Amino acid sequence: MDIFLQQIINGLVQGSIYALVALGYTMVYGIMGLINFAHGEVVMIGTLVTITVAGTLIKAGMPVALAALAGLTVSVLSCMALGWSLERIAYRPLRNAPRLTPLITAIGMSIVLQNLAMIVWGRNYMTFPPLLPKINFEFAGAHFTLIQVIIVLISGATMAGLLFLIYRTKLGMAMRATSQNPAVASLMGVNINRVIAAAFVIGSALGAVAGVMVGTYYEIAHYQMGFMLGLKAFTAAVLGGIGNLAGAMLGGVLLGIIEALGAGYIGDLTGGFLGSHYQDIFAFIVLIVVLMFKPSGLFGEKTGDRA
Amino acid sequence: MMKWLSPRSALGIALITVALVALPFVAAMGGQAWVRILNFAILYAFLALGLNIVVGLAGLLDLGYIAFYAVGAYTWALLASPHFGLHWPIWAILPFGAALACIAGVVLGSPTLKLRGDYLAIVTLGFGEIVRIFMNNLNAPVNITNGAQGITLIDPVKFGDFSFSGTSQILGISLSGPQKYYYLLVALAILVIIVNERLQNSRIGRAWQAIREDEIAAKAIGINTRNLKLLAFAMGASFGGIAGGIFSAMQGFVSPESFSLIESIMILAMVVLGGMGHIPGVILGAVLLTVLPEVLRYAVGPVQTAIFGKVLVDPESLRMLIFGLALVLVMRFKPAGLWPSPERKRDLTVKPQEVAP
Repeated sequence: MDIFLQQIINGLVQGSIYALVALGYTMVYGIMGLINFAHGEVVMIGTLVTITVAGTLIKAGMPVALAALAGLTVSVLSCMALGWSLERIAYRPLRNAPRLTPLITAIGMSIVLQNLAMIVWGRNYMTFPPLLPKINFEFAGAHFTLIQVIIVLISGATMAGLLFLIYRTKLGMAMRATSQNPAVASLMGVNINRVIAAAFVIGSALGAVAGVMVGTYYEIAHYQMGFMLGLKAFTAAVLGGIGNLAGAMLGGVLLGIIEALGAGYIGDLTGGFLGSHYQDIFAFIVLIVVLMFKPSGLFGEKTGDRA
Repeated sequence: MMKWLSPRSALGIALITVALVALPFVAAMGGQAWVRILNFAILYAFLALGLNIVVGLAGLLDLGYIAFYAVGAYTWALLASPHFGLHWPIWAILPFGAALACIAGVVLGSPTLKLRGDYLAIVTLGFGEIVRIFMNNLNAPVNITNGAQGITLIDPVKFGDFSFSGTSQILGISLSGPQKYYYLLVALAILVIIVNERLQNSRIGRAWQAIREDEIAAKAIGINTRNLKLLAFAMGASFGGIAGGIFSAMQGFVSPESFSLIESIMILAMVVLGGMGHIPGVILGAVLLTVLPEVLRYAVGPVQTAIFGKVLVDPESLRMLIFGLALVLVMRFKPAGLWPSPERKRDLTVKPQEVAP
């Protein structure tokens, strides 16, 4: 039973990171109907920028808390700029192009960003500076750390902020209108270009926050880390019903928990035949099973789109 | 229907034939490595044409196509290597590998029939990853795939006593291993081109195109969308399986690393960049995307030395950087691909009435 609780906690932490990244995918998809394949790389850049900024500041003798804040700020700002330029370079010129064209430019940008990161930061694993003190808690036989608590709290707060933005502000209303029907929204005076750019910028900011959390959690970063993370987060977004904000959040948390439980129990379930290195297939098997019964995800609405 | 060839197209075909026959000898002047690159270009063209059936004709976005290639490659590797001590002949393995890949295609296809567009994309992607993860880990408790180390010493393609590896003399001309594979691959590529061409203008091909343009309308006019979608998956997968078998034999070595998601994406990029649904375009895309990184591999280092006097940036990452930029730029200025089919071009020049909902 304590393994169960332990894995739920681990899954919740991992899942809230997935959820933050998944929101970036789902916002862009909801508004433009486009998979932003380069989003995982944005997260990666966010992590590596934090390493450089916070690491340098800590070495220069700045208090850790202040350095962490500075690292987070710089990382969020640079990812926002990156998201904005991604949209301008790779997506805006192709808004009326065939559906698969922006997918290929997205892949191209993803390759560019990955190799750019490799040129700048090198191909070795980098250690993430310890931004938070290591404090352990115990609850009903399960162990968790301060870092885990803070990750869950920050992602919760960030998501609440996003929901406020989308449902209580004018920009949010414009975004919802655009996602329903861009042509009509623009007739109502919504500046479509601005709304789309905003979706990219906000999504990238969330990605940067997630990137910093991944770095703090695993204490390691690498120029290729964005790929698998992005893939899982995208899976989470689809699981919840892509284009749906609440779906992305729940999908992310659910995916994290399923993965953790799967990794914890697969050995027992298969009598030791399959080991925990099969962890990664859980995400995909669950996805396939869910989509078999709910073809537009758990919370996605039925659309008559012509894909 | 087929018309008799006009003198002009006859001349064209003759010229292409001469060029195809001469190509490996020209490439060999730059070393056998270039013949190998050429072989990969043709192998990728073969794969891209297989994927073109699924994506280009039937409009099903498949991001896990490499899984079928992997099934074919591992079938060959397991049935013709010392790993299990089996050495089946080519006429047994190649159809067997194609059949297994075909079954895998149907297995993937059947639960995904209801899915549309991007949902299908992520499920196929997941399927591809599942296949790769299994290949990576099926070495314990029973060693089937030998895990991440892969399988070595795989038999080359052999017809009777004639082996495709090593140099041999044919009609007084000395042919190296890669050169022999080149002719085999060209023959296979011609086969897949003919299949693509004939499918495109067949009843099945037109039904696929109807599904691609509007699935509901296609259903309404009595097209059996379920069977036809499954058929598209199965056919595409079989070609992937055949290509995988040849890859395995040509390399003599397979490991899960060759079947990662990025490979699926590259093949899709070949199809889209070249011109989806248009056979010459797809071939162009495959050849360009295979040869460009190799040319860059040889060019990036020396060019840097020439300009800056030393190698400033790691050539390997710089070459992929340029490759990524090239992908973006081509799609930016040629959204329908480098060589789109005439109908597709027409669709694009007519201004769409509204932004896609």
